[in-house]
Amino acid sequence: MSVPTYQLSQLESLEAEGIHIIREVAAEFERPVMLFSGGKDSAVMLWLARRAFAPAPIPFPVMHIDTGHNFPEVIEYRDRVVDMLGLRLVVASVQESIDAGRVTELPGQHSSRNQLQTEALLSGITGNRFDAAFGGARRDEEKARAKERVFSFRDEFGQWDPKGQRPELWSLYNGRHHNGEHIRVFPLSNWTESDVWQYIEHAEVPLPPIYFAHQRECFRRGDMWMAVGPWTPPRTDEHVETVTVRYRTVGDMTVTGAVESTATTVADIIIEVTASRVTERGATRADDRTSEASMEDRKREGYF
Amino acid sequence: MELLRLATAGSVDDGKSTLIGRLLYDSKSIFEDQYAAIEDASRRRGEDAPNLALLTDGLRAEREQGITIDVAYRYFATPKRAFILADTPGHPQYTRNMVTGASTANLALVLIDARNGIVEQSRRHAFLATLLRVPHIVLCINKMDLVDYDQGVFEAIREEFEQFASRLDIGDLTSIPVSALNGDNVVTRSGNMPWYEGSALLHHLEEVYIASDRNLTDVRFPVQYVIRPRKDSHHDYRGYAGQVAAGVIKVGDEIEVLPSGLTTTISAIDTPGGPVQEAYPPMSVTVRLNDDVDISRGDMICRPHNQPTMSQTMDATLCWMADQPLQPGKRYAIKHTTRWSRAVVRTLHYRIDVNTMHREEDVESLRRNDIGRVTLRMTQPLFVDEYRRNRNTGGFILVDEGTNQTVAAGMITDAS
Repeated sequence: MSVPTYQLSQLESLEAEGIHIIREVAAEFERPVMLFSGGKDSAVMLWLARRAFAPAPIPFPVMHIDTGHNFPEVIEYRDRVVDMLGLRLVVASVQESIDAGRVTELPGQHSSRNQLQTEALLSGITGNRFDAAFGGARRDEEKARAKERVFSFRDEFGQWDPKGQRPELWSLYNGRHHNGEHIRVFPLSNWTESDVWQYIEHAEVPLPPIYFAHQRECFRRGDMWMAVGPWTPPRTDEHVETVTVRYRTVGDMTVTGAVESTATTVADIIIEVTASRVTERGATRADDRTSEASMEDRKREGYF
Repeated sequence: MELLRLATAGSVDDGKSTLIGRLLYDSKSIFEDQYAAIEDASRRRGEDAPNLALLTDGLRAEREQGITIDVAYRYFATPKRAFILADTPGHPQYTRNMVTGASTANLALVLIDARNGIVEQSRRHAFLATLLRVPHIVLCINKMDLVDYDQGVFEAIREEFEQFASRLDIGDLTSIPVSALNGDNVVTRSGNMPWYEGSALLHHLEEVYIASDRNLTDVRFPVQYVIRPRKDSHHDYRGYAGQVAAGVIKVGDEIEVLPSGLTTTISAIDTPGGPVQEAYPPMSVTVRLNDDVDISRGDMICRPHNQPTMSQTMDATLCWMADQPLQPGKRYAIKHTTRWSRAVVRTLHYRIDVNTMHREEDVESLRRNDIGRVTLRMTQPLFVDEYRRNRNTGGFILVDEGTNQTVAAGMITDAS
C-alpha cells in the first residue's frame, strides 16, 4: 500500500466494497443468510464476512444447497470451515425436495440436478424466513449476471425481473421489501476470477483440495474431463484413464468438469488463470451450455 | 494496481459497442469461448462479422431488439490498472441508467461520430456526467477512418465541444481521435493520424491521475454497524464499523460524533488486514474510541472544527427514475449515508431539459428520466455536504414506501 497518495490497490478496493455490502445487510435485515457451496467464490465471500465483523463472530448462518451429488472433499471442507468459524449451518436438500414431491427428477439415469437446486434454495429461504441471501456470483461470469444488481430484489416466488430492477447508485443500497419477498446480495459483483485467486493468496483463504492438481480417474465427455463417481459412471464407449487434473469451479458433480493442470499451489493457479483463454464456466460447466439465455432463464426462476 | 471505474453511454450507431469490444479484445479480456459464442450467435442472426454488442447486451430482450437497455458491467485489466466499465444506453428514455452508471465513475467516455459532429446526445452525456461530478471526461471522436483521418474535422469538433463545455463544470477534459473499427488510437497510437500527439485511449485510461478525485480533507465517517464481540477474549471491545466517506482519520485524532456532539479521541483503527495508524476513502474499517460514548448506526464521526451541515431542509437536484411521477408533498423514504429518514418535496423549482440544459419553470411534477431542482424537508436532520464537495455525503436516494422502488437519485446543492 502506497501510504503517501492514500491509494488502495484494486484488491483492497474490492475488499472494502465487499465488506461494506456485507455490513450493510447485517445492519438492515432481520434474518440474513450466506450461501456457502464450498466453492472458491463462496469461500472468499465467507472470508470477507469474517473480516467484516472481527473480532466478533459472523452474525448470521450459512446455507448449503445440497444436490446430493457432492464431491466428498467439498463436504469435508464445508464442515471443517463451519466448525472453525463457529457458524450455524443450514442444509437445503434437493433430495428432500424430490422426496416431498415438490420437484421431479429429470428423466434418465444420473441426470443433472442443477435445475432442481432452485426449488431447494427457495424452500430453504422461505422455510427459514430468511429475508436476505448472500451469493458469491460475479458479474464477469456470465452476460445475464453482468446486468445483476448488488442488492437484487426477489418477489414472493423468488423470481428475478431483469427489466424491472431497482436503480443502484453510489454505494446506497435499497434493501426494502415486503414480507415474503427477499433480497439476493452479491458482495463479489465487481470481482473477476483473477481477483478471487489473488485474494485467496493475499488473505490465505482455505479451499477444498480439488481446486489443486491431483490424480483422478476421468473420462472424456464432449470436450470436458468428467470424474468417475457414483453419479457419473462412464458409458461403455467412454474410456477411463488416470489424469492429473484440477477443478476451476465446484458444482454438482454431474455437470462439473475438470481441467488438465499441474497447478498445486495458489501461485501456480494465478499463473494458469492469467494465461487462460477460456472462461471458467466455459471450460467446466455443462449447465451453462444449454442455450444463449440459459442463465437468464434460470435466474428469472430464482436460481443463484 | 489501482482500480479505475469508467462509464460510457451511447447507442449502436455511434460505435460504442465496437469500441468496448475493441478495448476488451485487444486487452485480451474476451475469452475464446465468449468470442466463439458471439461468432456463432452473429452467424445465426445472419450478420457478416462477429457482433461485439452481443457480448455486452446480456438480456434476451436486448439481443432481440438490438439495443442496450440496462447498465452492464464489464471488467478488464492491463498490467497497470484494473478497470470496471459501466456500459449504459444513450437514449433519453434511459437517462436514469446513464445516471446510475456515472454515479460511481472516475471517468466518462463521451462518444462522437466524426461524420455527424456534436449532436444532442453528446451534449446530454456530457451534461449528465458533469451533473454526477465524474471528475474526468474523455471525448472519443470516433469513425475517423470515415473522414479520411482529417485533422481539421477533429479540431473543429473539439473546439465546438470545448466551447459547450465551458458552460458546464468539467474538471478534466481530453479529446482523442479514434477509429474503433480499425483500432486507431484505441490501444496503440495510430499511424494514420501522425498529427495527433496525445495518448491512445487505453494509455490515457492507464495514466489519468485519479488519486486526488476523492475528498481527503473533510473527515466524514458514517457509522454503519457497531461491533461488540461479547466474548471473554474481547470483553471490552467496542468498535464502530464503516467506510471512510472523506478525509484521513488517524489514531489520536480528536473527533466529534453527530448528532450527540460528544467529543473523544480515536484509540485504534482496525482493518481487514490488521490495525493501522490512518484510514482514508474508500477503506472499510472499524474505529475504536477512548471514551465510551453512545454511538449507533446512522451517526456521523467528523472533526470538531470541520462538520457537515446538520439540517432538516435542503436543496437538491433530483433525477426521477420511477414510472409514477414525483408527487410534491408526498412522503418518501430517504437514504443518505447509513441513515434512513423520511422526506417531502416542498418545492419543485424547475425542470432541466437534458438536451439544451434550459430551465423550465412552472412544472408540477417530474416524470421518469426528468431532472429537476427541488427543496426537501426531512422528518429528522441529516448530516450533509454539498455534492460538489463530497459525492459520498452529498448524494441520496428516495424510495417509495408503498412499492419499495428506488424512485429518485438526489445531489445536494445547498444545505444551509
